[in-house]
Amino acid sequence: MTEINPVLLKELRQRFRTDKTPWLLSLYLLVIGFFVLGFMYLNWRQLPGIFQPNSSHVLFVMLCITQLVLLGFVVPGLTASVISGERERQTLNVLLTTRLTTRQIIWSKLVSSCAFVVLLILATLPLYSIVFMSGGIAPGQVLGVFGFYLVTVFLFGSIGVTCSSFFKKTSVSTVTAYGLAFAFSAGTGFLAAFLYETSRANHVNWNPAAWTGFTAGVVEFLQHINPVFVLMEIMGEKGILTGVNFGLPGWGIYSIVCLAAGILLLRWSARLLRAK
Amino acid sequence: MIRFDGVSKAFGATRALDGFSLAAGRGLVYGLIGPNGAGKTTAMSILATLLLPDAGTATVDGLNVVDRAAEVRGRIGYMPDFFGVYDGLRAGEYLEFFAAAHQIPVQRRPGLVKTLLELVNLPDKAGVYVDSLSRGMKQRLALARCLVHDPDVLILDEPASGLDPRARAEMKEIIRQLKRLDKTVLISSHILPELAEICDRVAIMEAGKLVVSGPVAEITAVSQGARRLCIEVLDRATELAGFLSTRPGVSEAHADGTAAGFFFSGDRKEQAALLQAVIEGGWSVVECGEVRRNLEEVFMAVTGEGGENIDGN
Repeated sequence: MTEINPVLLKELRQRFRTDKTPWLLSLYLLVIGFFVLGFMYLNWRQLPGIFQPNSSHVLFVMLCITQLVLLGFVVPGLTASVISGERERQTLNVLLTTRLTTRQIIWSKLVSSCAFVVLLILATLPLYSIVFMSGGIAPGQVLGVFGFYLVTVFLFGSIGVTCSSFFKKTSVSTVTAYGLAFAFSAGTGFLAAFLYETSRANHVNWNPAAWTGFTAGVVEFLQHINPVFVLMEIMGEKGILTGVNFGLPGWGIYSIVCLAAGILLLRWSARLLRAK
Repeated sequence: MIRFDGVSKAFGATRALDGFSLAAGRGLVYGLIGPNGAGKTTAMSILATLLLPDAGTATVDGLNVVDRAAEVRGRIGYMPDFFGVYDGLRAGEYLEFFAAAHQIPVQRRPGLVKTLLELVNLPDKAGVYVDSLSRGMKQRLALARCLVHDPDVLILDEPASGLDPRARAEMKEIIRQLKRLDKTVLISSHILPELAEICDRVAIMEAGKLVVSGPVAEITAVSQGARRLCIEVLDRATELAGFLSTRPGVSEAHADGTAAGFFFSGDRKEQAALLQAVIEGGWSVVECGEVRRNLEEVFMAVTGEGGENIDGN
């Protein structure tokens, strides 16, 4: 029988023994529940009990965006200390003299942090059920959103772990991880919108469907790697229209980019831990 | 078992090790002594596969620490000068975690943990959270952690640092026990009298270089040059010191209570003649003997001004 990675087991044991874990879980549910249930109350208080698929769809979008924002706060915060924290506690050198490879250490640290984030996501399932029961959402969309979250958590987690391996201090690592996650989430979207608007302003007869070329390709690519645009696409919303087609759906490109970037970052992190 | 051959390591412009060479055989307790910045921790970190040497080679049991680091890790137990423990883990779980990290089979772990905790005098602490243990207990637990995979070589960087006298005595006893188990122990400490008690050999380092190495007794003898003698008399010690200072081969003669101390560069025959002259001079000699210099004095002598730093970690 294959034994569970010792670092992973230790991390899970430590994480679920602290008082912080149930508090964080409760706070997470409280924040997301407050937004969603509050929105439901405001939206449906006029016409209680009436089936409103459009309203339900808006609620679903809101729930998904709120979840994404919260994940953007939680994942870098959880992962940005996994290695630098070991360094600060002076436990890293001892760990590095065991038979565990640096790659095993890095992956198990990421998996244990992600396991907790997956628990947070799963804990919000009852909220999704409420929205889902109101109609206006396809089961495939819900599954797509959950797949999207997993891919996003992997990338955000990899960014956090890499910052943690690169920087000696957890404070610097955390700030950098948040900065990079924000640049990835918001920066790509702003840049896509900026390029689109400047291109449109330079054309007299603007026809977005016929807009091709380098800038159009960049805008198309940027919105395919932007979590908000991809999430909207999964939920059936339209993004910025261009004449460029990469031959893959937006979420496909997003998944490939996130997984490839995450794997490269983790390989680099493992290299950073090796003897110098 | 352990070998450094011309190992050098620099951190920027600072040369932490400069052509350092040392060899320690199986079952030896080898002490590393040196002022702060002498390169002890760097040498130990290279042996523990945590740092790469810039030049030279370091081997454990014939295995190069660079090329065959994974195998070396299976043969060494490393205890750094500063180390932390994991919060939220019990002592037994802490050792089990490291046993798993060293790929010890699951079925062997409970028995191993029990044996190790007994070895370090913590048999009843298996269920106690590690962060609630005293510093001395944590040090002993860390030593048990080093032994979890039964390594042949133990690298202990300041293992007694910050411990109270009782905990230091316990640590010393454990190291003696490890020697009986035929482990090779490379140990650094700033408490030199303790090193002298437990080490078979010592190496004095300064500025990344080996100054002198060998058995403790040999090092203290070789480094002395002139021997320090002391003659205890019933009375007239001050007068005796004056008399001694006129004799050939005697220097720095001084009275200390009922005794006269001095350095003597002659051989044993000349020493006998000197004693005869003292007796013939009318002094009632109670005792005459050589005062052995301790390791700390030797260290101060061979490292010069650098030795003044030997007061901390």
